[in-house]
Order: sequence, then C-alpha cells, then structure tokens
Amino acid sequence: MSIRVVCQGLSKTFVTRTGRVAALDPIKLDVAPGEFVVLIGASGCGKTTLLRIIGGLDTASSGTIGLAAGMPGRNGIGFVFQQPNLLPWMTVEQNVALPLRLAGMRRAERLDRARALCAMVGIGGFERRWPRELSGGMQQRAAIARALANDPALLLMDEPFGALDALTRARLNAELERIWMATGATVMLVTHSISEAVMLADRIVVMSPRPGRIREIVPVPFARPRPPAIEESGEFQAIAGRLRRLLAPEGLREVTTPALLTHMPADQRDATEGSA
Amino acid sequence: MSRLARILPGSLSVLLFFAAWEGYCRYSGISPLILPAPSGIGVAFAELVQERATWRHFGVTLGETLAGFFIATVTGVALGGIIARSPLLERAFHPFVVASQVVPKVALVPLFVLWFGFGPTSKVVVSAVIAFFPVLTNTILGLRSIDGGHEDVFRAARARPLQRFRMLDLPSALPAILAGMEMAVVLATIGAVVGEYLGGNAGLGYLAVATMNAFQTDRLFAIVLLLTAMGFALFAAMASLRRLLIPWHRSAERH
Ligand SMILES: Nc1ncnc2c1ncn2[C@@H]1O[C@H](COP(=O)(O)OP(=O)(O)OP(=O)(O)O)[C@@H](O)[C@H]1O
Ligand SMILES: [Mg+2]
Repeated sequence: MSIRVVCQGLSKTFVTRTGRVAALDPIKLDVAPGEFVVLIGASGCGKTTLLRIIGGLDTASSGTIGLAAGMPGRNGIGFVFQQPNLLPWMTVEQNVALPLRLAGMRRAERLDRARALCAMVGIGGFERRWPRELSGGMQQRAAIARALANDPALLLMDEPFGALDALTRARLNAELERIWMATGATVMLVTHSISEAVMLADRIVVMSPRPGRIREIVPVPFARPRPPAIEESGEFQAIAGRLRRLLAPEGLREVTTPALLTHMPADQRDATEGSA
Repeated sequence: MSRLARILPGSLSVLLFFAAWEGYCRYSGISPLILPAPSGIGVAFAELVQERATWRHFGVTLGETLAGFFIATVTGVALGGIIARSPLLERAFHPFVVASQVVPKVALVPLFVLWFGFGPTSKVVVSAVIAFFPVLTNTILGLRSIDGGHEDVFRAARARPLQRFRMLDLPSALPAILAGMEMAVVLATIGAVVGEYLGGNAGLGYLAVATMNAFQTDRLFAIVLLLTAMGFALFAAMASLRRLLIPWHRSAERH
C-alpha cells in the first residue's frame, strides 16, 4: 500500500507584515509509490513548507499536487513534525494511539499497539508518563511512533531524528528502513545530516534557499537493507562529497576545507557538515 | 520537604497573629463592641453553629451561590465557545462584553431587587452576573490559545470536527476555563452575600446585617468566619476538580 506523490509547478509565497516571502519557487517532483525520498537543504529553503503542502496542512500559492493510487483517505498519511507536538493531556501511550482512536479502533487494541510501538522506538517503560516528563529526544521518538501507528501509506517526516544522539539515531535509521521495507510505504524525510540522507534514501532532493527550489536530485544506488558499515565505503563517501559540494553556498562550492567551512554562516554549516 | 516543615511557618504566624489580637483586646481596654477578642468570637461562633436558624441561612446562601455559579459557568462557557469561533459574533458582542466588565455590577443590585423581588432569585441573578465575566473571558482565551502544532496533528490525521472538539479544543481550553471558574466561585459568593445585604430576610448576608444592627459584634465576626469557611470549602472543591480534570497540567500539582 503506497501513494505516488506528484508535484507540478508547486509554489508558495507567504505574505507577511514585512513583505512577501517566496518560500517555494515552482517545484516539480514525482515520488514513485514505495519510494524513499530524502529532502536536504540549508535552513529556510522550504523543506517544511513543501512537506506541509503535500500533507494538506498548507495550501500552495500555485501549482497542483496529486496523491494517487494506493489507499488515500483517512489513514493515508503519517506526519512527523519538526517539533514533537505531543498532546500534554494525554499519556505517552494515548498520544501514540491517537491516530488509531481517531480511526475508531477499540481501546484495548489500540493501546496494545501503542505499547508495541513505544518499545520499538525505545521508550518502553514510559508509556504511562505525561509527555512533559520525557526528554526532548524521547518526545520526538513518541511522535515517530504516533506517525507509524495507523500504518500510513505515505510517511512525511520533518527532521524526525534531529534531537537524538548518534547511536539512537543510527538504530532508528535501521528501524525505519526495516519498517519501510515491510510496509512498502512511500516516505519523504527531511534531514540536515548528509550521512543519514545517503544511508536512507533512494533519491536525495537537494534544495537551495531564497527562493526555495530543487537544485539537484541525487540517486543512491545501494542495495537494501543497508548495513551500517556501508558508510565507510568509497561509493558512499563519493555521494556524501557530492552532496556537500551541492550544499555549499555559491562561490565556495568547489572549496570545502574545514578552515573555510568555519567561516560560513552557522545555518549553512549545519546542512553542510551533516550529523555530528 | 517534610510535612512539618511545610506546615509549621504558616501555622506559627497565624497563631502569633491571634495571640497578638487577644493580648491587644485584653490590655488596651478597647470595647468589645468595636473589636471583640478572638476568644469571645470563638464563644460566639460555638453558639452560632448550634442554632438551627444559622444553618437555614447557611443553606440559603450556599444554594444561591451554587445556582449563580452554575448559571455563570454554563452561559460563560457556551457564549465564550461561540464568540471564540466566530469573529463576526465577537465584534457584535464586543460592546456588551466590555460593558458587562466595566459596569460596577454591585451598583445594579437594587435594580435586580426591584426586578426579581426580595426572594432568592434576585441574589442568584446578582451572583451569576458578577461571576459570569471571568468564565467568559477565560473560555475565549483558552480556545484562542490552542497550539498550532497540536491543530496540525488533528488535521494531518483527518479528525472529524467533533473528535477535534473533544480531544483538542476542550482539553486545551480547560486549564483557562477552570481558572475562570475558580475566580467565579469566589465572586458568586460575594454576589450572593451582597444581594442579601441589600434586601430580603434570609441568608448569611441578611443575618450579618441583622446582627450588626443589634450591636452583636462578636457574633458578626462569627458569621464572617462561617462565610469564610464556606468560601474556603468551595475553593477547595474547585482545586479538587482541577486535579480531577487536568491532572496533566502543572497547576494541578500539589503545593
Ligand atoms: N507561516 C509562515 N509565514 C511566513 N513565512 C514563512 C512561514 N513559514 C515559513 N516561512 C518562510 O518560508 C521559508 C521556508 O521555511 P521552511 O520552514 O519551509 O524552511 P525549512 O527548509 O523547513 O527550514 P529548517 O531547516 O530551518 O526547518 C522561510 O524563509 C520562512 O521564513
Ligand atoms: Mg523545517
């Protein structure tokens, strides 16, 4: 069960007090059913905006967006937001079970499933706590579990692993790949980590800011499942290097020595260096 | 902190306060008609609570307060819910909402007595009118401050409007609504008592006026004490309601 995502001439302009912000210049993107696409780009280049429009949370200023085939409808989309957005009046397991509750699943059944999901993302034992009693990374993992709860055909993930330590992040990367392979869902994931992008993606969409547009789409040919050791291979490093050059600002694109990187604005450095 | 360390400072200062009061009354020679000693008030209180008539008056005031509070809460939440949803209605209601806030409502009490008579109805109306405003404004505030990120969760999950109302709007607004109700319960008590001051022949407010006219100052203090106990019990009930309804909220933690 999966969904094809077709964006045609998609643009978004925010009108604010201080003027108009062209968040997305016409975007053309076709994501195949069951494909794993990663979006990467400097802060403010419109990744969140694109994901929100695809998820139906914002409307485009122009262009069309089509979600075709598969099983669109109530349980079609799982969304992991850039913030955890857990409801403070529900316990962790109730939060995770929320999409199931909205879909009308019985209480015992949905809480069973929520507990299994909590265990999977590594927050087992915290199911009965209030969200405010969890650390930021744990809250984010609960939000991931919630997005997975109703087995979505399209999974939109906005920096889902941003708040996690490197080890947990690697483990959840592998877990996500496993889930994706098992369910065949279409995944669109935003990250600032180059290695995470190469590790997970079928294709990497590199975006550039002001106005937000697609600079290039980089395919990643490795077979699945991808073992962690693949990161040390020459081919992996070659793709990572290419991404690094694409993400560097104009003029610096061919020169990426660490000494020069430290003179870049902090937000662009994030996107260029990848995860710690 | 141990239980003792938490309770001790407060109890000690209260004890000291009453000791100083008692000492002043005994040695300054002040007339008990002006300021009775705590011991005298204690005696008057013991007498007061043994009289059946006292509890009849107590019941009248409590009933008026609860009725006024209930009406204020229901209309405040309902009207607040409507206003928060529709900018048009908000603009339409705005002059009345502001007026209901700034008009000194106590000055209207004689008018309510004129309209609704000397019986309990006029007191219930005063009580409701005074208690209504904090419920209304807090309901609007609560519904207006729903977190945008939380709304996204419900929209992404394609929640139906009723589901959203039950699982998002109501819980989001509840802390603010309960804070409004906490103010309202205090104001409702004041409304009922003020109403009784100005007309009628029942309730603790009426009893206080009658006692004052008879120069029984110690008994007047005893009545105030009884009213305080009633206000405290209502306030404590609201705090329990808070712990019951919003255990997830920081305000529900015990202090
Ligand atoms: N609601 C809004 N109103 C006005 N401008 C907005 C709004 N949301 C986003 N923008 C603008 O649109 C542009 C893209 O924002 P967006 O959040 O999509 O960036 P992003 O790629 O997700 O960045 P980050 O990596 O920091 O999350 C930014 O310039 C931002 O200022
Ligand atoms: Mg973003």
